[in-house]
Amino acid sequence: MSLAELGLRVALVVVAFLTLPLVVGQAEHKVMAHMQGRLGPMYAGGFHGWAQLLADGVKFAQKEDLIPRGADGPVFRLAPAVALLPYLVVLLVIPLGPGDLVAQPLDAGLFFALAVLGVGVVSLLMAAWASANKYSLLGGLRGAAQLLGYELPLVLSAASVAMAAGTLSLPGIVAAWRPWWLLWQLPALLVFFTAALAEIRRPPFDMPIADSELVFGYLTEYTGLRFALFLLAEYVGIVVVAALTTVLFLGGWKGPFADASLGWLWTLLKVFAVSFAVIWLRVATPRLREDQLQRLCWQALVPVALGQLVLTAAVVTAT
Amino acid sequence: MHPVLPFVTAALLFGLGVAGVLRRRHAILLLMAVELMLNAVNLLLITADVTVRATLAAATPYAGQVLALFVVVLAAAEVGVGLAIVLRLYRLRATVAVDDVPLDRVEAGR
Amino acid sequence: MTSADWLLAALGTVAVAAGHRVVATDRLVRAGLHLVLCLGAVAGMYLVLTAEFLAWVQVLIYVGAVVVLLLFAVMLTRAPVGAAADLDRPGWTAPLVGGAAGLGLAALLVDAYRWTAVAPAAPGTPEALGAAVFRSWVLPFEVVSVLLLAALVGAIVVSRPGGRR
Repeated sequence: MSLAELGLRVALVVVAFLTLPLVVGQAEHKVMAHMQGRLGPMYAGGFHGWAQLLADGVKFAQKEDLIPRGADGPVFRLAPAVALLPYLVVLLVIPLGPGDLVAQPLDAGLFFALAVLGVGVVSLLMAAWASANKYSLLGGLRGAAQLLGYELPLVLSAASVAMAAGTLSLPGIVAAWRPWWLLWQLPALLVFFTAALAEIRRPPFDMPIADSELVFGYLTEYTGLRFALFLLAEYVGIVVVAALTTVLFLGGWKGPFADASLGWLWTLLKVFAVSFAVIWLRVATPRLREDQLQRLCWQALVPVALGQLVLTAAVVTAT
Repeated sequence: MHPVLPFVTAALLFGLGVAGVLRRRHAILLLMAVELMLNAVNLLLITADVTVRATLAAATPYAGQVLALFVVVLAAAEVGVGLAIVLRLYRLRATVAVDDVPLDRVEAGR
Repeated sequence: MTSADWLLAALGTVAVAAGHRVVATDRLVRAGLHLVLCLGAVAGMYLVLTAEFLAWVQVLIYVGAVVVLLLFAVMLTRAPVGAAADLDRPGWTAPLVGGAAGLGLAALLVDAYRWTAVAPAAPGTPEALGAAVFRSWVLPFEVVSVLLLAALVGAIVVSRPGGRR
């Protein structure tokens, strides 16, 4: 791979990084508006409220960038960037289609993705602590406990797929995937999806933000563009989680026909379908209480993931 | 590749860790300094593994890296237990300074 | 010097500078964040040294879990946001001993290796390390798993509220 080609690939990933979250954000506006009968997001711009996202962006850009007097300035300013960076890096290793349609094929791609995703929690702690606000701190403590806890089922369920495929490379996993894995790896799929939702702190796992009790959790003191960056990180998070779920459990570029030529389309379709499910869950489920959240992780997800590991090992050694 | 660069880095990090352990009173900062030392050792092990393996054919393959892997696991266990003790100390005595622990009980406000 | 050397030197400088901030800063959480930077730079050095598996383990375990745990504990023990005055013992013993240890070791290693160049060996991929662990190091591996279990149980017992004090 030449330097120019590498540059082109990275540039394409940055383009995807900048556009896909906006598509997901727009979809969230519309899907939520339809599901909850909200009229607000349907006005801006005339037809079906197409300009709502634009208006939001303009609004965020106009707001004053406040930094509280008691805050730790440099850390406070750096936190949104640290929130975004891991997701951008993870997008580098996600395969879009068969063959060469991946920005940077890595032998240990899955391991790399999980390791880098784990860095995101640092930004949450930075934001929580640097704000010098007790609601922020409480949100940060909840968030750290949640992210550390849910990392375990996330890694365990991903390990199950890696074991089934016999490789840690993401294109390798897709290549090894067979339709009957949908059934075989179903528990792992559910565990992974749930844990990933908790990792990106989406409802019903938004206890660190919990606007009805913690004002806005670790984001309380953020305004304007920095807050918009955190929102963007949430949407990129949805894209990354949907892409990882697609690649690991839903067969990535494999579709009913024309895998070789239309692979990228199947991948994108699946990513958007999973993203839709993420948005749907936000609308349809109530927020978990903190103790319920921890109990779900340690008493349901971890045992199921461990059981799935045993099952996977048994099937792999038997065949 | 010149192995002396990572070796010197490892030595300096170890020195920093030693200074931190001797200087800090706050238990958690002490643990951070211990992490620095463990990391220095890991860097040393990995550099030695990569460079010595390149020159000595008879060495056990990847011994240094496997050892570093074990050190990482031990460090994780150490931090888990260490922090549990520190938090317990804070709850019972309302302090985390390691060189003056009050012997009578002071409950930290919950 | 090749590009790998420049990378090693740069990452090493970052690691040592961040490590210095970890042991010298008077703001608790900043010490933890500098530790993240230091460990990240060391992970980068592992990558340059072709130990890629160890680099990702470093990021996953150290940055993603150990430092987060440390920061979590810092926040639970009510660290102030600003500078704290009573983090350090006074006196020059610690810097002297630490400096002597670090510089002494560095001098020893410099004397041993001088400016020899080595071609990097086969990279430490997950596959290679897996083979090494499960061929030559199975018993230590099992012992480590028992130790982890013991640490887990110990941490839970120590931190459980109530009980006999």
